Amino acid sequence: MLRIRVQAEPFDLSEEMSLLTKGDASIGGVASFIGLVRDSNTVADQMASVASMTLEHYPGMTEKALEKIAGQAVERWSLQGVTVIHRIGELHSTDPIVLVLAASAHRQAAFDACQYIMDVLKTTAPFWKKESLPDGSHRWVDSRESDSDAAARWLSDEG
Amino acid sequence: MIKLLYFARLRESLGCAEEVLDSTPQTVADLLSLLSLRGEPWQDVLAGQVLVAVNQEMAKPEDALNDGDEVGLFPPVTGG
Repeated sequence: MLRIRVQAEPFDLSEEMSLLTKGDASIGGVASFIGLVRDSNTVADQMASVASMTLEHYPGMTEKALEKIAGQAVERWSLQGVTVIHRIGELHSTDPIVLVLAASAHRQAAFDACQYIMDVLKTTAPFWKKESLPDGSHRWVDSRESDSDAAARWLSDEG
Repeated sequence: MIKLLYFARLRESLGCAEEVLDSTPQTVADLLSLLSLRGEPWQDVLAGQVLVAVNQEMAKPEDALNDGDEVGLFPPVTGG
């Protein structure tokens, strides 16, 4: 079962857990990842502290990309189900931004699938973060090379 | 005829969210060359790292384009 959502609203972890696991006694565990909006500038430079962040995406492609990633994870680790919820629009520091749940018979598959989904999402799902600074200016967040490395690791593992 | 969609930093730098191109370049690489020939700001913006999606699937430079395709152009993604 795949549950993919791109939404402005917050998500409810316990509700999503119930939706994913209800009635399926073959599930032995669910691994979860929740990403939060991080203000990387707070300590280094108070003046550059991020006031808010806006998430832009490519409607249509975003959902397809998330479905593809989740589907690949289900196939690769024989999962019972995956939930991916990514928020869009204006978010603030510490707000939950992304939820990944992977349900499996055994824990290792669930842990690995969760990490795979996040690593591939970070480099292939069409979302872009734009930070708003206290002085009213904006800046687009740059992609990180370490994210590409993390995603590439799964490709080289595939053989 | 193909439809072009621009996102994030690209959209802002080009001052354009979408446009219709009357011609259909053969490949993704041909499309990027054609757009670069428009001069600034296109040339400068497209000289940076640009990802291309054809009909909402990530595409490579050598991928072919067909009449009616939707082509998205955008910077490296930063979700999650």
